[in-house]
Amino acid sequence: MKFDTPAGPNPIDRLAVIGRPTDRIDGPLKTSGTATYAYEHHHVAPDQAYGVIVGSAIAKGRIAALHLDEARACPGVLAIVTHENAGPLGKGAFYVGRPLAGPEIQHYHQAIALVVAETFEQAREAAALVRADYEEANGSFELADALGDAVTPGTKPDVTVGDFAAAFAAAPVTLDERYTTPDQSHAMMEPHATVAVWDGDRLTIWAAVQIVAWSRRDLANILDMPEEKIRIVASFIGGGFGGKGTVSADAVLASLGARVAGRAVKVAQARPLMFNNTTHRAATIQRIRLGAERDGTLTAIAHESWSGNLPDGMTETAAEQTRLLYAGAHRLVTHRRAVLDLPEASALRAPGEAPGMMALEVAMDEMAEKLGIDPVEFRIINDTQVDPEKPERTFSKRALVECLRTGADRFGWSARSTVPGALREGRWLIGTGMAAAIRGAPLGTSAARVRLEADGRVVVETDMTDIGTGTYTIIGQTAAEMMGVPLSQVTVRLGDSDFPVSVGSGGQWGANCSTAGVYAACVKLREAVAQRLGFNATDAVFDDGQVSAGNRRVPLADAAAAGALTGEDEIEFADLAERYAQQTFGAHFCEVAVDTFTGEIRIRRMLAVCAAGRILNPKAARSQIIGGMTMGAGAALTEELVVDRTRGFFVNHDLASYEVPVHADIPHQEVIFLDETDPVASPMKAKGVGELGISGVAAAVANAVHNATGVRVRDYPVTLDKLLDRLPATG
Amino acid sequence: MATATLDTPTESRSITISLTINGQLRRLPVEPWTTLLDLLREQEGLTGTKKGCDHGQCGACTVLIDGKRINSCLSLAVSRDGAEIVTVEGLADADKLHPLQQAFIDHDAFQCGYCTPGQLCSAAGLLAEGRATSRDDVREMMSGNICRCGAYTNITDAVLEVLEKETAK
Repeated sequence: MKFDTPAGPNPIDRLAVIGRPTDRIDGPLKTSGTATYAYEHHHVAPDQAYGVIVGSAIAKGRIAALHLDEARACPGVLAIVTHENAGPLGKGAFYVGRPLAGPEIQHYHQAIALVVAETFEQAREAAALVRADYEEANGSFELADALGDAVTPGTKPDVTVGDFAAAFAAAPVTLDERYTTPDQSHAMMEPHATVAVWDGDRLTIWAAVQIVAWSRRDLANILDMPEEKIRIVASFIGGGFGGKGTVSADAVLASLGARVAGRAVKVAQARPLMFNNTTHRAATIQRIRLGAERDGTLTAIAHESWSGNLPDGMTETAAEQTRLLYAGAHRLVTHRRAVLDLPEASALRAPGEAPGMMALEVAMDEMAEKLGIDPVEFRIINDTQVDPEKPERTFSKRALVECLRTGADRFGWSARSTVPGALREGRWLIGTGMAAAIRGAPLGTSAARVRLEADGRVVVETDMTDIGTGTYTIIGQTAAEMMGVPLSQVTVRLGDSDFPVSVGSGGQWGANCSTAGVYAACVKLREAVAQRLGFNATDAVFDDGQVSAGNRRVPLADAAAAGALTGEDEIEFADLAERYAQQTFGAHFCEVAVDTFTGEIRIRRMLAVCAAGRILNPKAARSQIIGGMTMGAGAALTEELVVDRTRGFFVNHDLASYEVPVHADIPHQEVIFLDETDPVASPMKAKGVGELGISGVAAAVANAVHNATGVRVRDYPVTLDKLLDRLPATG
Repeated sequence: MATATLDTPTESRSITISLTINGQLRRLPVEPWTTLLDLLREQEGLTGTKKGCDHGQCGACTVLIDGKRINSCLSLAVSRDGAEIVTVEGLADADKLHPLQQAFIDHDAFQCGYCTPGQLCSAAGLLAEGRATSRDDVREMMSGNICRCGAYTNITDAVLEVLEKETAK
């Protein structure tokens, strides 16, 4: 199905199943310990051996020699995979870091060996005895020192509108500040893991990946084998957040280990390896310049962002949202990427927007303060209803102002003290802050197959994944709505490369695109049903398990009595995304308390107001938003991969020292979804929310800290040491 | 009681212990270096208990040992000879979900589900401890169980609901 004109009325609009806060259909599995994650597929092959990865002890250089005798002599060892026996390995299309080092080393903890043994403990013992001699090379580990050599990424040329320099020079009120955001880790709860099984020249892996088709493509490239000889299964994934986009070292090494050992092999990345041997979000340095009239009208906006990566790695596009968020006649948006010899940087929940809004929305708060205008009002003044670069291009939907007003109302924003550091409760300084939120709603082709079985059950199959997003449920709701059956009559099968290729989980496109693919397949199935039952497909109504038109009403199951019926199709998006700017919007509000004596920061309450098209399942969508808010709280206050600038690695590579929020950090969260449908987005009229929830949150927290204390911190995370010497007198 | 077995080379260092796992008495040969977590997941096939970090920092492996919540990754199996273990698979009463399991579903108190077994066992342990009486208590005393998906607000709601029902009894 080609989606080339905005959607008209369709069966989804009935909202008999879609749009309801339905419990997750995988809830009983997940709460009883019977949802099976990658490493737990014990029954797919007998006699599985265990692989343990050995990581490089240097950040850059080469392996001069490997000493494996001691490891080989350990009890139970079956095989050791290194660059010496792995054979030539190709490259995937997404990551630039190689899954197995040697002889060159690209980054610290890059895998140099996989030890395969009968038991996990034997493999771990032998792995500890693998010795390598290295020739260490000098590396570049400090972004601030590498800016001189930073290049403009080919995909992100500089954007200029009007004459920024002149407008900025002429503006009566200006801001010119530098902000930094640190490297951050996905730190999903399930470590990357794979079970690999060969059957002749055919390979099956059970893996924790977000995008099955990318994984198959990349694994085929790396192992230099035809894609069709690889099957990938990812039925449950213990969190991804962008860090499991495609295959990582575990999948490649499990496959190689299984080949060398002649046995099924399973590999999980040990937690201490994950921070340096999987991807992370790149640190950024951002310069923002704003120029405004005294009435608050922005006239000049410049956002420049620098980040680093391995050569040819992706760029953290932290300034990208600034192209669309606010009006302003004269604009400059640039990205630069430096080469760093740290582990590979890649996508982490809202790549671009998450770190970009951390800077932009603090700059907006600072500017509002300079202008003496309320921060909510300042943003409303500068709202734009058109793409500032192409005024003829409108937004498909843009309810930012309504988000801001609704949020201010609900939060009690008007009661806020406009004087920073003025509100006290005992030893605590109290402050509130806010930020706008914007996050793209990208589109991608997505296919599905839907089958009506003789007993009337509807079975949906697509290689789409559910990484905690609620995909099983919303796909089931979509099929139930389209076929006119209760959700309990739908079986959803996901995450298998034998199923039609979906868009996969990422970029908050999954919910809208994968359900639209199911919609397309259901349209096909409805046609087949109508034909078999002798209805005209366009007149037939599917509801209550019946198909009807005029006075005739036939049970849906009758259509499959003589044999199951199948509908398969994909949704393919035409150029609507070029004709309309498609974005999701929101507003975040936060109240914090800061200890007058210690600078300890406690979040007290958080509110998000979101406008993201039709909300397919408000219960699961709310969970997505509070999850984003929680990760945003971490980004604001605690999360930072600390770089060892001499040795070139992330020092705090475990969950004790890379501090993600815990229960006690998150006291109160509220989410409001505006009632919206977006017919330009898809037949579902929906958009994703998984990344909107984090965009802007950290800035709202940082702005609240400023309101509480009068201290402006521009280097994340906002930790107490950055406040201590500047806190107001304890009085 | 523990007895060393010397039957075959691969079992030459294994020790047989007795554990009651989810109500079933089991005599199990274990290597002295095997953690309770790996025993449950790899040897017993009880993969409901999750390995998130394998060194006591995340709580995904929380199980109940003699009624107390504990990180099974930090406990060597041999040191638990004679203990009664309850894992997430043992929380339900036959087909009837444990009130916490139902409350987690009702409140959407999970997303990816990987921390969920640990959260549930930890919450069951918390209820048994009888110390938590408020939302703040629940948050503080559940803070050893990380949920990176950020379902904390919903987990707290779910636990509090069950806590209040139990207190009202």
